[in-house]
Amino acid sequence: MNSSAASIREQDLRARGLVAEQFDDAEQQHATAQFGMWVFLATEILFFGVLFAGYAVCRVRDPEGFLLGSQHTEILFGAVEAGILLLSSATVTFAVNLIEFDERRMVTMLLAVTALLGVAFLVLHGVEYSHEHDEHLMVGVDFAQHGPHARGIELFFFLYYAMTLYHSLHVLVGVCVIATMGVLVWRGKIRGEYTTPLVLAGLYWHLVDIVWIFLFPLMYLIGR
Amino acid sequence: MSSGGWFHLLPNASANARPLDELWWAMVGLCALVAVGVFVVMFVFCIRYRKGRPADRQLSKETLPVELTWTTVPFLIFMGVFVWSLTLYARSRTPPTNAETIYVVAKQWMWKVQHPGGQREINTLHVPTGVPIRLMMTSQDVIHSFFVPAFRVKQDVLPDRYTQLWFTATQTGDYPLYCTQYCGLDHSKMGGQVIVMAPRAYARWLDQHDTGTSLAAQGAALFRAKGCSGCHGANASVHAPDLDGIYGRIVHLSDGSTATADDRYIHDSIMLPEKQIVAGYAPIMPSFSGELSESDVLAIIAYLKSTRPGRVPAHQSTKQSARQGTRSDP
Amino acid sequence: MNATAITPDFPELEPPRNFYTHRSGLRSWLLTTDHKRIAILYAITITLFFIMGGVAAAMIRINLVEPQGALLSAETYNKTFTFHGVVMVWFFLIPSIPATLGNFLLPIMIGARDLAFPRLNLASWYLFVIGGCFTIACLLLGGVDTGWTFYTPFSTMFSNTSVILVAVGVFVTGFSTILTGLNFIVTTHKLRMPGMTWFKLPLFVWAMYAVSVVMVLATPVLAMTLSLIGLERIAHVGIFDPALGGDPLLFQHMFWFYSHPAVYIMILPAMGVVSEIIPCFSRRKIFGYRFMVYALVGISVIGFLVWGHHMFVAGMSATATLVFSILSFIIAVPSAIKVFNWTATLRRGRISFEAPMLYALGFVGLFMLGGLTGLMLAAPALDIPLHATYFVIAHFHYVMVGGSVMAYLGGIHYWWPKITGRMYSEAWARFAAILMFFGFNMTFFPQYVLGYLGMPRRYHAYPPQFQTLNILSSAGASILAIAYLIPVVYLGWSLFRGARAGNNPWGARGLEWQTTSPPPKGNFLERPVVQKAYAYDEAAPGGEPATGATA
Repeated sequence: MNSSAASIREQDLRARGLVAEQFDDAEQQHATAQFGMWVFLATEILFFGVLFAGYAVCRVRDPEGFLLGSQHTEILFGAVEAGILLLSSATVTFAVNLIEFDERRMVTMLLAVTALLGVAFLVLHGVEYSHEHDEHLMVGVDFAQHGPHARGIELFFFLYYAMTLYHSLHVLVGVCVIATMGVLVWRGKIRGEYTTPLVLAGLYWHLVDIVWIFLFPLMYLIGR
Repeated sequence: MSSGGWFHLLPNASANARPLDELWWAMVGLCALVAVGVFVVMFVFCIRYRKGRPADRQLSKETLPVELTWTTVPFLIFMGVFVWSLTLYARSRTPPTNAETIYVVAKQWMWKVQHPGGQREINTLHVPTGVPIRLMMTSQDVIHSFFVPAFRVKQDVLPDRYTQLWFTATQTGDYPLYCTQYCGLDHSKMGGQVIVMAPRAYARWLDQHDTGTSLAAQGAALFRAKGCSGCHGANASVHAPDLDGIYGRIVHLSDGSTATADDRYIHDSIMLPEKQIVAGYAPIMPSFSGELSESDVLAIIAYLKSTRPGRVPAHQSTKQSARQGTRSDP
Repeated sequence: MNATAITPDFPELEPPRNFYTHRSGLRSWLLTTDHKRIAILYAITITLFFIMGGVAAAMIRINLVEPQGALLSAETYNKTFTFHGVVMVWFFLIPSIPATLGNFLLPIMIGARDLAFPRLNLASWYLFVIGGCFTIACLLLGGVDTGWTFYTPFSTMFSNTSVILVAVGVFVTGFSTILTGLNFIVTTHKLRMPGMTWFKLPLFVWAMYAVSVVMVLATPVLAMTLSLIGLERIAHVGIFDPALGGDPLLFQHMFWFYSHPAVYIMILPAMGVVSEIIPCFSRRKIFGYRFMVYALVGISVIGFLVWGHHMFVAGMSATATLVFSILSFIIAVPSAIKVFNWTATLRRGRISFEAPMLYALGFVGLFMLGGLTGLMLAAPALDIPLHATYFVIAHFHYVMVGGSVMAYLGGIHYWWPKITGRMYSEAWARFAAILMFFGFNMTFFPQYVLGYLGMPRRYHAYPPQFQTLNILSSAGASILAIAYLIPVVYLGWSLFRGARAGNNPWGARGLEWQTTSPPPKGNFLERPVVQKAYAYDEAAPGGEPATGATA
């Protein structure tokens, strides 16, 4: 596009409210929003990082207890959940790529699949929690383990619940955000010329996925 | 002399108080020098270069040498102070091998002191001059902190852990003792006195307050009463580690690592036995947390310290450890 | 070159057209996305919180007039010092300069029309208000007696006060800080006007940037640490519980990993303010601009590595103690550089002593005293007798009150004409500044002596030999309280009767002085141009006023 066509396009975007007044152009707005999301993701890393640090310290102090605790987790569930999240990251990536081409139906479907996979994750995790409750592993509610390493197992599961509950909360938020994006795409509010919210949502969803990639081996795979 | 009066300089009542005060006053002097220096320069500039007063206002372009100077000089001074304080710090962390151990248990809101000879005190600590004293401390509940300003010593006292501090008192007198880690309602009332006496007066005090059983003897009694000797004794049917002379020995653990059987190790073996299993033994020892208080555990540790490998069977230790308990043990 | 022709400098002849008159009504304020209005909303809120924290301080000082406690029971005293700490740290000091002056000035100083995310900015204010009101309500209704430091196991297993609720309140407020920091970082990176390169940025902007990095990286750690306390209280088990094989020291590490950077959150903005004021009233550019930038960045980075110096007697290993000690000495170097550079800026300047300058000079002196005593505390051997005594209290009040609060007030006065379009009473302002300086020293210097003599902190009652110094300190506090109230009066009065200010009443440099006082809604009527002769590139040796100045 030559420069006068470009500036007309900019004015049009601004007139339709798609470029906020503090930005010089749509490109600056998009780059700024993405940068902001990366900074936010950095804060999430620090947030979860505390739990990972606590896990590291407690595991060094009682490796045997953590081993035994990990053996009480349901590896099949954990693995399926990891697979679900990885798949959902793929679908959301496809959606973000396809929106450039205004593929409204396809993108909406991909976002719906992503959200449903997130819901599936939460459901499976809920089932896991109920199994753990039956086995008297639910710290603070119904915990009764015996043997010399009962305390270590309790500490392991305290961290397990803290980390998976916070992670699930982030998954829930992500599901709501992705679903909202799906609605906005269907209604045409997000399309080739204005993709920013979807790109940001995709980044957030990838973080949610990555946290699980770290959680899964630390919680489910030690000692197996 | 150490309390009362509206303003008094802190007494130097321990051997490391004076060296510490030297560092303190040197730092005060250094900081005062810097502060006064900067104040004077600021003052002079403000007067000389105030608006309306004629002065030479030509600025130099070359500022890097000055900036580098006042970056590196403070850095070197700080490193010098660090190294000086390092030696004092190392000394404060290393009690001499002939230090006498006195046990302190902190709880909301009092200090319980146990001498190895069995004498007990609440909120006071009697010590002799000239003898290095090592306080082995633990808390029954929250974190407290043992602080004697006149000795310049302070150490946080933690639950389920032993922390230590040491000093050699050099001046007789009564010196305030404070709890200085906020611990709840009566934190400000959790204080007392350290009473320093000449060695002969101290020995008399020990005699006057002798309970008849040393701390080690109390520990031996507990060792039998709580059933420890049932597994760890010479004629036990259960396969359990022999504890005679255990204190200070290297122990081989089931995960391949080694540990030193110090106060913490013994405490955890009693309260959290699953933490460290000795190699070749099954993890069947029950935990005694809830059954034994921290004071009880200290007594048992004192008892175990007094045993010797092989020579003194556990169930015969009472009289011998009563004699041994009044001497200082490392 | 007069590239920024703004409104003529006869403001009283024109009806004001600025961000206040742009829209009116309560709704337009409560739903604003204008960073300048949000700054004012923050200013009002934090002033209210400051008054509450100050009342708690007054109660503490009154109580300490008598060795047995003159005013409060032990239980109430413990809740009062907790209230004082929580409110002053999280609801006053941390937001003070960034959320008020930072919000107002950052976009203007870089030539932008607003922050990168104006709606997030408004959200951060609401989070602040909601978190603040909730926390203070819990502190007043049930009270918390753990101290603002929430040490375990007292806070998790022993205290029977509203710990969880207050932790939730602070948790929520933390997100206000994070959003503000995020906004500032992104704005500084992405919205600088053409020609405004990094090393042309005012030091205030650098300070906002450095503090934002700290805010964004440290605050999430606090959030999680507080939530772990909450979880442990609910579940009655946790990773801080020694009976479970957990570690109370782990809490201290996590807490101080945030809370040490937090103190740099409180001082870095103050340094930024002072670095603007001193050059203006010395008619010189700042001495050693590059070193000042490196010092700011250095403090914010090294600040993450020194947290263990709060734990020298807590039971850490000797190795850890020495590592933290040496790093704590190292971090004193950039602070020293800054003090020397501020002093050197005065040299061969043309110095005048308006109230902002008095506050800035007071800051340099008091911050230096506080910092030097920090150096003493950095040496473990010296820290052992001084830790948790009034020496530490004196140290941090020197830097936070003698430092940050003085700088905040200096900044308020300096930018008052820009923000409100009015001049305040210079005579009363100078009087208040000088009274504050004396009142402050009288309050806190005796506390250094008390600490050396061994008086522990958080003591509701104390041994009688400490009474005289306590009375002296409390007397100073009453003077300080009066000195804080005086600005409220004359600043408020100036809003109605103060002389109208021109664009640049101080003859200062900086883009904010090239627009109207108060600025228009979009900050500039015409896009300013960054000139070669910007404050930090060159200055006329005699210190000529910037173009467009009226003074």
